[in-house]
Amino acid sequence: MTEIKNKHVQLMQGNEACALGAIKAGASFFGGYPITPSTEIAEYIAREFPKLGRYFMQMEDEIASIGAMIGASMVGHKAFTATSGPGFSLMQELIGYAAVAEIPLVIIDVMRFGPSTGLPTMPQSGDIMQARWGTHGDHSIIALSPSSVQEAYYTTIRAFNLAEQYRTPVVVLLDEKIGHLREGFDISQDLEPEIINRADFVDKAATSAGGGKYLPFANTPSGVPPFVPLGQGERYHFTGLTHNQAGFYTADAEQVATFMHRLCHKIEDHVNEIAEVEQLDCAGADCVIIAYGAVARSAQEAMVELQSQGYKVGLLRLKTIWPFPAEQIREICADKKLVVMPEMNMGQLAVEAKAALIGSGVPFHSITQVNGRLIAPAPIMQAVIEQMAEHSVKQGGGR
Amino acid sequence: MKRLVMKMKYEVRFSGTGGQGIIRCAVLLAEAALYDGYFAAQSQVYGPESRGGSSQGEVVIKDTPIYYPKVTVPDVLLCLSQEAYNKYAGDIAEGGLLICDSDFVQPDGREGDTVQLCRLPMLETARDKLQNELSANVLALGVLVGLTNVVSEAAVHRALANNFKAKILPLNLTAYQEGFQMAQSQAAALNK
Repeated sequence: MTEIKNKHVQLMQGNEACALGAIKAGASFFGGYPITPSTEIAEYIAREFPKLGRYFMQMEDEIASIGAMIGASMVGHKAFTATSGPGFSLMQELIGYAAVAEIPLVIIDVMRFGPSTGLPTMPQSGDIMQARWGTHGDHSIIALSPSSVQEAYYTTIRAFNLAEQYRTPVVVLLDEKIGHLREGFDISQDLEPEIINRADFVDKAATSAGGGKYLPFANTPSGVPPFVPLGQGERYHFTGLTHNQAGFYTADAEQVATFMHRLCHKIEDHVNEIAEVEQLDCAGADCVIIAYGAVARSAQEAMVELQSQGYKVGLLRLKTIWPFPAEQIREICADKKLVVMPEMNMGQLAVEAKAALIGSGVPFHSITQVNGRLIAPAPIMQAVIEQMAEHSVKQGGGR
Repeated sequence: MKRLVMKMKYEVRFSGTGGQGIIRCAVLLAEAALYDGYFAAQSQVYGPESRGGSSQGEVVIKDTPIYYPKVTVPDVLLCLSQEAYNKYAGDIAEGGLLICDSDFVQPDGREGDTVQLCRLPMLETARDKLQNELSANVLALGVLVGLTNVVSEAAVHRALANNFKAKILPLNLTAYQEGFQMAQSQAAALNK
């Protein structure tokens, strides 16, 4: 019998990689309600968490799930859940609570075709705007979007890190295609990922243990107040009401405005640290394709094929959706002759990308597909070729 | 029958009825391909129901990284139900290989003249000879690998051992060998 050539590789599903990433990141509480196409995450965690002495709690619905997560996070757990569009909708009110009470959470949303029950087993990037604006009122949020199984692992770890670092809910937006895709997973040669813990940000001097008074919602220079979990020596108040630095209700105009600005700016001011994009052959390209999630895989295939036909095409892959990397997109695309953006929705993120390019004069073309199928490379290629012709960019022509 | 040889990109689609183990079959092939040092991507399309309804699992195998992870034109198509044949047989590549269950699928030629057709009583063999109809998916994998040699025996064995508990592993190894032998006899008969 012949030898096994690759001994380290495993076949892994995107959802399993998320669960594995959560375990690696130190997640210690899962509160959730199973829903296709995210169920494999709950199944994996239900099997593995008890062995690790961590908590898996199946709740009666998604509203209760996020409530349980919030409670767990308040007392120091790294809490997370896995859901899909309909469950994510039910969570929205308490996502707002978590945003305003500045509670770190990770929500893995494996996006399925909607609205409503839709096509439970089929993909759509339908929750892009729900992740941003699903809860009411001004707030900021972080949302990440992996394009491969191995990236789902590292993205989930990063989601937990960012949640702790910025005291905020973080959404991992997978689409069904990446959630259910199985492919090679081999991290045996990788460096150990950095794991960020809540305690890393607690300045002991700012707590009563250090002699000062602990302000759970302090106006710190970074915008992120240190979070001492409940039950660890500090007694303070959480509320969904607009609150002062001590955590109690206030309607004082100046304090309210200060709070609101801090809540938004603690994330938006750090867009360059948070938002990651990947550039493939963008320098020197005539046309840049902007894509994220599974669609970025189709876009890369289209890019390679177009390049073999002599077109100068690059790919700008958004690994972070929110905060939106508008400035980076503008820098990379402003001198291009064409920007094309395929999405498995009616153009939810194209609105933002187009806005980022206003005034640059670069033609922007949005490709949308809402039929329950992953966009294939062919329609992306066709759109690039047609649009290049329309804007008279010659094949293989120099700049 | 000529053996299909490995090329830059190899696409396989498994199709049948929900509950036949179609997706597991695709998982096993993808896993074996990884162990052989290839890149592999496995995905599926299924309905909201867990049994019944059509089911399809697919695998892309390449010697370079896989971007678009879906099968477009399958080199090999396995059909364990008529509905699956009707739905997918027209997609198969020119000169591709179509493997059908001889009792449950009646081909009507929609696959085209260039396609090599292999009809075997896979479900019946699993039920009557192996006394376990549930092993038909692994038997079918044996047929597929026996005809194509797309992955090595060592890799398949490792994949089987990784997917089945010790109690049912021997049955699945037997089912795989049975399918592999059926493919060998079929190939010999066609080469006469």
